[in-house]
Amino acid sequence: MSLIPCSQAIRDALREEMQRDPTVFLLGEDIGKHGGAFGVTRGLFDEFGPERVIETPISEAVIAGAAVGAAIAGCRPVAEIMYMDFVTLAMDQIVNQAAKMRYMFGGKAKVPLVIRMPSGAGRGNAAQHMQSLEAWFCHVPGLKVVMPSTPADAKGLLKSAIRDDNPVIFIEHKLLYAVKGDVPEGDYTIPLGKADVKRAGQDVTIVATSRMVQFALEASDRLASEGISAEVVDPRTLVPLDLETILASVRRTHVAVVVHEAPRRGGYGAEIAAEIQEQAFDWLDAPVARICGEDVPIPFSKALESLAIPDTDRIAAGVRHVLGR
Amino acid sequence: MPKSPRSGRSTPHPDFDPLALYRTMVTIRLFEEKVGELFTAARIHGAVHLYLGQEAVATGACAALEAEDYITSTHRGHGHCIAKGGRLDSMLAEIFGKATGYCKGKGGSMHIADLDSGILGANGIVGGGIPIATGAALACKLQRNGRIVLCFFSDGASNEGSFHESLNLASVLTLPVIFLCENNQWAVSTPASWSIPIENVADRSAGYGMPGVVVDGCDPLAVHQAVQDAAARARSGQGPTLIEAKTYRWEGHYKGDPQTYRSRQEVEEWRRERDPIVLFQHRLETDGLMDEERARRIQQDVQEAIESAVDYAETSPEPGPELLYADLFAEEGAQP
Repeated sequence: MSLIPCSQAIRDALREEMQRDPTVFLLGEDIGKHGGAFGVTRGLFDEFGPERVIETPISEAVIAGAAVGAAIAGCRPVAEIMYMDFVTLAMDQIVNQAAKMRYMFGGKAKVPLVIRMPSGAGRGNAAQHMQSLEAWFCHVPGLKVVMPSTPADAKGLLKSAIRDDNPVIFIEHKLLYAVKGDVPEGDYTIPLGKADVKRAGQDVTIVATSRMVQFALEASDRLASEGISAEVVDPRTLVPLDLETILASVRRTHVAVVVHEAPRRGGYGAEIAAEIQEQAFDWLDAPVARICGEDVPIPFSKALESLAIPDTDRIAAGVRHVLGR
Repeated sequence: MPKSPRSGRSTPHPDFDPLALYRTMVTIRLFEEKVGELFTAARIHGAVHLYLGQEAVATGACAALEAEDYITSTHRGHGHCIAKGGRLDSMLAEIFGKATGYCKGKGGSMHIADLDSGILGANGIVGGGIPIATGAALACKLQRNGRIVLCFFSDGASNEGSFHESLNLASVLTLPVIFLCENNQWAVSTPASWSIPIENVADRSAGYGMPGVVVDGCDPLAVHQAVQDAAARARSGQGPTLIEAKTYRWEGHYKGDPQTYRSRQEVEEWRRERDPIVLFQHRLETDGLMDEERARRIQQDVQEAIESAVDYAETSPEPGPELLYADLFAEEGAQP
């Protein structure tokens, strides 16, 4: 084990996969000498050169589209969209091309590509740089959607994503980049579609994604001192979703709280809540609760930004509320 | 209407055979006429966008490619697919939505793909194939496999952002790709003469530092020559070329389009004076390569092949319910 930040874990995954497979290459804006807007690819340009770490003009549509074209022609591109918000400019290529090609061509095409993008609020970049848009991608059949919360998960999941023969949207929370965690040595992968119980508990199941996993764990510590034992389940991949692990937990605790940073309305938490209620209704002691971002653009003001997304306090309060404490 | 420029700059492709070009053009013509007829008779559903009038472009262009080269196509893609070596029976089965079609009936007319023939897919999104062609060319370059990519698109697509981003990136990265704009004068009801504020789409190449070439899209030899030159350039590492083939969409945007936006006279003029097959047949006759009898035999031959493809398609089974979720992901039939 070594204690490294998430950004380094992601960089290590990229490096190891590029060493392992000559068809893997990186594509994106400012990812070369500059190392990317968040420094994730720092050093890889010097190590692999301009043919494997390909800098592009500011052209999100063709970054995504070139990844699709390169994937169906034999490569394994890993594209970077500088901020998840900018993926709006690449949506046709992701939604209409990458996601549908294999299906609408009757299984002829293989589209092995990863599009990495930093999501999330909390650093004052306001409405067009701070969004969590994962629900859009989950709604499109043909895409896999990965959203890790720890350095170890990020590395193992990214390696699986790169080796996967399907288009994978890989969402990295920008405020997790600097968060350190223990990462196993050497080559390992984490399968897509396998949730992880980040903390075991008996009284309530908190299903949280991305940075909200950290907050849910902090809230659970606080709740433990009040005699509430919370289990924290991190789906890690939203598509495919490991519903079994979530349902097994809920059937034990009888109470479910779903937490994500994205706005509540139409968020992926609604999908998880609906599945729980359809499949574990008889085990539930309370309606499934959602603790989500507010249905507003992310405001710039620190005071307002902190109101727009869930935090440890709000998660703890939400759990107490659903338990009637 | 454009004149027919004819220039001989590079030597013809080794497999170049004018009679084969003629046959391909006739195949596209009769295939599209048949598809139109089947659609009107409600034997196929959905929508079809016919390539009638543009036969010389796909035919001349694809004849300048190697079998392993790639193309990307458009919603008006039947002609591209035939010219690149697609099978008539698998194409028609797909247009009928049958399990034996190229896409097992899940793509239809607008999504025919045959990766084994280098056909990376027709596309329902105008301009959607241009970034894909660029990426495929990037893969060719990175893998050093000697392949090139020919990207078909239209005058309408040249107003999409994807066109501009793709040409810019292809030029910046010196990619082996040929951007072939089929200017058929009409984007649904919008005339290119209005929507493009310069004379030629090819002139847009200046903004991306690549050659721009205008050719007569009714002349398969002119198209062939231009694509051959561009292919040589792409293969020798000199990067992309933008070619504009001036042609005309004989049918409406889709079969059944009432076409209230253009005059019948305009259409008739192109059909009468610039029919690419009639023009090419005359040239072959002048060169002593073709006569009436030979032309008739080719047409009959092609017609028979199409009829048997229609029989095959129409009698093929519908896709079963097991195909609903099949091929969504590479793990066969896996549901997330």
